[in-house]
Amino acid sequence: MSTTLDTQQPPAPPSTPPALSPKELGRWAWRQLTSMRTALILLFLLALAAVPGSIIPQQRIDAMAVSRWQDQHPHLTPVYEKLGLFSVYNSVWFSAIYILLMISLVGCILPRTRIYWRAMRARPPKAPRNLSRLPEARTFEVDQEPAAVLERARTVLRRRRYRVETGESEVAAERGYLREAGNLLFHISVLVVLVGFAVGNLFGFKGGVIVVNGQGFSNSLSQYDDFAPGAFFGPDDLKPFSFTIDDFKVDFLRSGQQAGMPTDFSAKLSYSEAPGQPEKKYKLAVNHPLMLDGGAVFLVGHGYAPLVTVRDGDGNVAYKGPAVFLPQDGTFESFGVIKVPDAMPKQLGFEGLFLPTYGFTMETGPYSRFPDALDPVMSLLPYEGDLGLDAGKPQSVYELDKKGLELIKKPDGKPFRIDIALGQTKQLPNGAGSITFDGVQRWAKLQVSDTPGKGVALGGVILAITGLLGSLFIRPRRAWVRVRREDGRTLVELAGLDRSAGGDLGDEIDELERLIHHDTLQKEKL
Amino acid sequence: MSPADFASFSNNAIAFASIVYAMALLSHIAEWAFGRSVPAEGSVATVEQPVAAGAGASAAAGPPYVGPADAATGTASADSIDDLAAKAQNVEKFGRIGVALTVVAAVLHLAGLITRGLAADPVRVPWGNMYEFSVAGAFGVTAIYLLLLRKYSLRWLGLPVTAFAVVVLMLAVLLLYVPAGPLVPALHSYWLVIHVIAAVLGAGAFTVGAMASVLYLVKSRAEQRADAPTTGYVARLPKAAMLDRLAYRVHAFGFPVWTFAALVAGPIWAEYAWGRYWGWDPKEVWAFITWVVYAAYLHARATAGWRGKGAAIIALIGFATVLFNFVGINLFGSGLHSYSGLK
Ligand code: HEM
Repeated sequence: MSTTLDTQQPPAPPSTPPALSPKELGRWAWRQLTSMRTALILLFLLALAAVPGSIIPQQRIDAMAVSRWQDQHPHLTPVYEKLGLFSVYNSVWFSAIYILLMISLVGCILPRTRIYWRAMRARPPKAPRNLSRLPEARTFEVDQEPAAVLERARTVLRRRRYRVETGESEVAAERGYLREAGNLLFHISVLVVLVGFAVGNLFGFKGGVIVVNGQGFSNSLSQYDDFAPGAFFGPDDLKPFSFTIDDFKVDFLRSGQQAGMPTDFSAKLSYSEAPGQPEKKYKLAVNHPLMLDGGAVFLVGHGYAPLVTVRDGDGNVAYKGPAVFLPQDGTFESFGVIKVPDAMPKQLGFEGLFLPTYGFTMETGPYSRFPDALDPVMSLLPYEGDLGLDAGKPQSVYELDKKGLELIKKPDGKPFRIDIALGQTKQLPNGAGSITFDGVQRWAKLQVSDTPGKGVALGGVILAITGLLGSLFIRPRRAWVRVRREDGRTLVELAGLDRSAGGDLGDEIDELERLIHHDTLQKEKL
Repeated sequence: MSPADFASFSNNAIAFASIVYAMALLSHIAEWAFGRSVPAEGSVATVEQPVAAGAGASAAAGPPYVGPADAATGTASADSIDDLAAKAQNVEKFGRIGVALTVVAAVLHLAGLITRGLAADPVRVPWGNMYEFSVAGAFGVTAIYLLLLRKYSLRWLGLPVTAFAVVVLMLAVLLLYVPAGPLVPALHSYWLVIHVIAAVLGAGAFTVGAMASVLYLVKSRAEQRADAPTTGYVARLPKAAMLDRLAYRVHAFGFPVWTFAALVAGPIWAEYAWGRYWGWDPKEVWAFITWVVYAAYLHARATAGWRGKGAAIIALIGFATVLFNFVGINLFGSGLHSYSGLK
């Protein structure tokens, strides 16, 4: 392997900077940056830098997990925030590494392309004086004239797709020019992929929204629960499509040891690409998104929204409708709140669990036995007071701000827990009001996103693999044949040199020998 | 057969496969035990193919495996020639038995995998949870070994490969088992089929590559010692240069396959399932880390001062990332890719 590779990389630069003028120093730094060793180290750094993002929750992936983590680690949070550890892949240090790598890559590709351009058109080099010193060398004798042997060698080598150069008493041959082209294509394609990826990040967006079965969505910023635009994406760029969920369906495995596993879920949509456009139907399912101009709609999750009616202390209906509860685990035990700002005289709030199939043990308390809504029960704690909605501060719809709220208690001072089954109504103590569990609706979590440049990225990776295959499996090698007349016979020297690692040069040279030698012998017999 | 029949057939086939792998492992252990006193040196010249005159390290094209039959003609030690010949015969015999048993086990293994898919209703690919990934992954490793066995005279890998299969199948059956059942909806995609086949093949190649790299490190240390033993497992391994070359070839096969699995098929599937082709989910992050580390491995092989030992160590780091992605992220991670099926 020591004989290979030497022509493909610039010589290793000296590792200490000589005392030089700024210009020379700059050149030295550039050579350092574009050396193989630096590329290797940067690759390692990139791998290492990617690790924390897989361990620490990331803002762009799961914002809720981030806030949960931050609540649990109040001391570490400011430090982590400074270091950008909650958005590693957009952080300065992560970007610095891959930008350096890309600069190094360009600095590496350019000179190599120039060298390759020349090498590609060069003729096979002359045979070294001493062929027997090459890694593979053979000698044999034949009776034929040297010219005939050379002619034969030329034909054999040409047929094996060598580029051939004939001298007076020797043939020089080279093949595998495309290996370096493959390698260059691979490295250039890495840049192409990155451009495609960057375009998607800068000009795309990703938004999430929970839509209750039967309700609709129209594509504008205010409708989203979460929205992450690229740096160059403005809310005006959202295309005005809209849709309604006509029917959302989930099937769970009912029996067997894996009972409770979802087998299928899908949502029937009516959608329209713009106001005034005709309405169309689509069945949205996992792995079956709705592709629209300016975005695609994906079904990514689902859950329950119990339908409740809340009457206030005055006996008026203060709330009627679905309240979205978020599933906590595979049993779809769900957590959520109901905010009743219109309740008089005091505002009401409820917090607690929705259990699609009620179960109870002394150890666990109430729990959900099955994810489907077979025997739905809610277990809630009621609050009264001020919900804090008027302060103008944005509030999560999945949490109560308990600063102005007080738990409603039983006369004995214990918390008043409401366990309420479907169809039931429960009165709150002291005439504070009542709550009725009217029904259960499902909701679907939808993701709307647009990622321009994905075609570029995909094309880039496919080109990269093509280049890689060429780079890894094309074997650049050289072969020489030299003939000499000696004592009335022709002495043939054959030798080869591999210019990449891992080849079977020995086999190839054996084969060449067989073809040249054998064929020559056959002709002699005739 | 009903799905339930297929399911129990599959379980039995996997159980029997592990037993036969264990027998193959014992056989390979016996092979090397008998080989302990049979010198491996001195028989190099009698390998089947003619070693060309002047062949350097890079040209060691002939099979590197020093067959025990050849070893019998090697330099005699204190043992009598007859005794050595008998031992050498045993070495050969147990080696062959080991390979034969591995083939049988692999057939059972494949049958177990296929019936596992048939056991689900509707029929599906047999890789939807961690138990199935492990079984499929172990099969990938054995399949690659058996496919390359002839071409590269890989019998010296029989010991690590069968040991690997036994351990992985045991862990899968004992710790990861879940009954056959349908797939979770996110896995309903033919990209899953393509993605997982490529990932299993790539990871299988990396596993075989890691074995070759470890053995390369061991062997090259042994070769540097003046008093290197002439008998035993290490002495019977092919030359370090040969091991290095094999490791490179397997990795060179694995890398594009992994690139396809992790950076083409995976993202396409993710785009359909989750609406983004790349989202830095922990599983994706580690697939990317693996890719970068193996890119570094290929670079290291072309960088002065990193060839050989340095590159081999990078390959092992790469393999560690594959393992971590499979074990660590599947079991402890919380990403979208949590399909372990365990609760
Ligand atoms: C994004 C960063 C990079 C990646 C992912 C990458 C990846 C790879 C891979 C997978 C190979 C193996 C293919 C082969 O053996 O031909 C390779 C080879 C090579 N790379 Fe890179 N590379 C990167 C950056 C660079 C840079 C910055 C340089 C310049 C110093 C460079 C120089 C080379 C050279 C000279 C080879 C050929 C080695 C050989 O002949 O075996 N690469 N690269």
